[in-house]
Amino acid sequence: MYERLKIGVLALQGDFERHLYQLTALGVSGREVRLSKDLLGLDGLIIPGGESTTMNNLIDRFSLRQELSAFVKHKAVWGTCAGMIMLATRIIDSTLEPMGAIDITVTRNGYGRQVFSFFTDLNLTLGDKNVIVPASFIRAPLVNKTGSAVVVLAKYDNHPILLSQGNCLVSSFHTELHSDKTLLKYFIDKFVLPAQALQPTNGK
Amino acid sequence: MDFTDKTYKIKVGLAEMLKGGVIMDVINADQAKLAEQSGAAAVMALERVPSDIRADGGVARMSAPEIIEEIKKAVTIPVMAKCRIGHFVEAEILQALEVDFIDESEVLTPADYKYHVDKWKFKVPFVCGCRNLGEALRRIAEGAAMIRTKGEAGTGDVSEAVRHLREINRAIKTLTTMSDEELNGAAKEMSAPLSIVKVVAKLGKLPVPNFAAGGVATPADAALVMKLGAESVFVGSGIFKASNPEKRGRAIVTAVTQFSDPKALADCSRGLGEAMKGQPAAEIPDDKLLQIR
Repeated sequence: MYERLKIGVLALQGDFERHLYQLTALGVSGREVRLSKDLLGLDGLIIPGGESTTMNNLIDRFSLRQELSAFVKHKAVWGTCAGMIMLATRIIDSTLEPMGAIDITVTRNGYGRQVFSFFTDLNLTLGDKNVIVPASFIRAPLVNKTGSAVVVLAKYDNHPILLSQGNCLVSSFHTELHSDKTLLKYFIDKFVLPAQALQPTNGK
Repeated sequence: MDFTDKTYKIKVGLAEMLKGGVIMDVINADQAKLAEQSGAAAVMALERVPSDIRADGGVARMSAPEIIEEIKKAVTIPVMAKCRIGHFVEAEILQALEVDFIDESEVLTPADYKYHVDKWKFKVPFVCGCRNLGEALRRIAEGAAMIRTKGEAGTGDVSEAVRHLREINRAIKTLTTMSDEELNGAAKEMSAPLSIVKVVAKLGKLPVPNFAAGGVATPADAALVMKLGAESVFVGSGIFKASNPEKRGRAIVTAVTQFSDPKALADCSRGLGEAMKGQPAAEIPDDKLLQIR
């Protein structure tokens, strides 16, 4: 079922190659998204970790803002770390323009600078399954507030770290660095495939 | 030496996040802001850019703490800073200042001609320069979370970075074809731990991100090193010694993102004004080269 999927990874800056590698390992055809034409025909999009300031700058520089904002409103999208910041609705003390795909307020580097970055094994409940997922929090964003439509899927230290709203999934941490595919499969099964099933044009 | 160590994973993780970006040398908060606006993924704080160190001579050291603090306040992207080779106290100071990455750099005057900093002892990740695979692997064995080519800093001549990248690529390719006995011999020849040599032979690449540095002065230079397999680019004197740093910085960032698209490279290379004048690396006498440090 995965073989027919096309999932893009925003490849302006950051660890997009790790996500593409993971997609390929699952048999999904992954695509680097650098220009708006790269979004055509995609079933889903991953916005990777990296520097949100840089990504925000390059989104405008390569005239991606409009198409990207439209894409994340009605297609499956997963934002990790900087990707979560880009998909949020409000960012504390920042002039960045997030895309508002999920109703959360975040603080960039909310856990502190690199010396406060950390690794932990997370115990998650995804659907009816309990799983242990290796997770790196690297200069990670902190979720300060969540709107009523947001589902908090996991917390760490009392702060939400994995959340969703509609077709949008966000995580403040990285699992792709550890070649763990649990969350990627969850994203595909619960976000990409259901959204694709609703699109009659994809039924060929 | 434990590559499964959790702190080590976090260090390499930040290096992964910097991929596909440009890291710009800055000497003050104003330059840092300009670097961030032009799309830099991180800034590197240092006392003087390499071409000035080359021209002025004297001992080059870590930046003053107040400069690093001002730079940290001025930008939200990661702040790196350079310490002298082997100067673990400068490194401890930089860690206390909470910089995000430390470059144990041959651009500064070495403090220890025999030993590099034991980077396993630090929470902050380190990047180190290299000219060949042996150097890269020795630095990784010491705990470096990122490797960059040395190139010849401050020249505006990209040829040495190209030489180092090609040399590393060639050596890695050779390792992938070797038998176990040959790998033993290669480890011995490179004075590198066999365990890391075996990992590289299996992966066909370094186990940490490999960036390019030294002599990058134009968008085309940046795209060239990306084409040769660099995963990101450090730019030192190339930006702030050019006639229009803002435009050039921006263009080099564009070039790193669009390195495979010659038309985009032509577009971003237009109207940048003068590049830094530079000095051909081949004209520099051996004892004045920074890369041999």
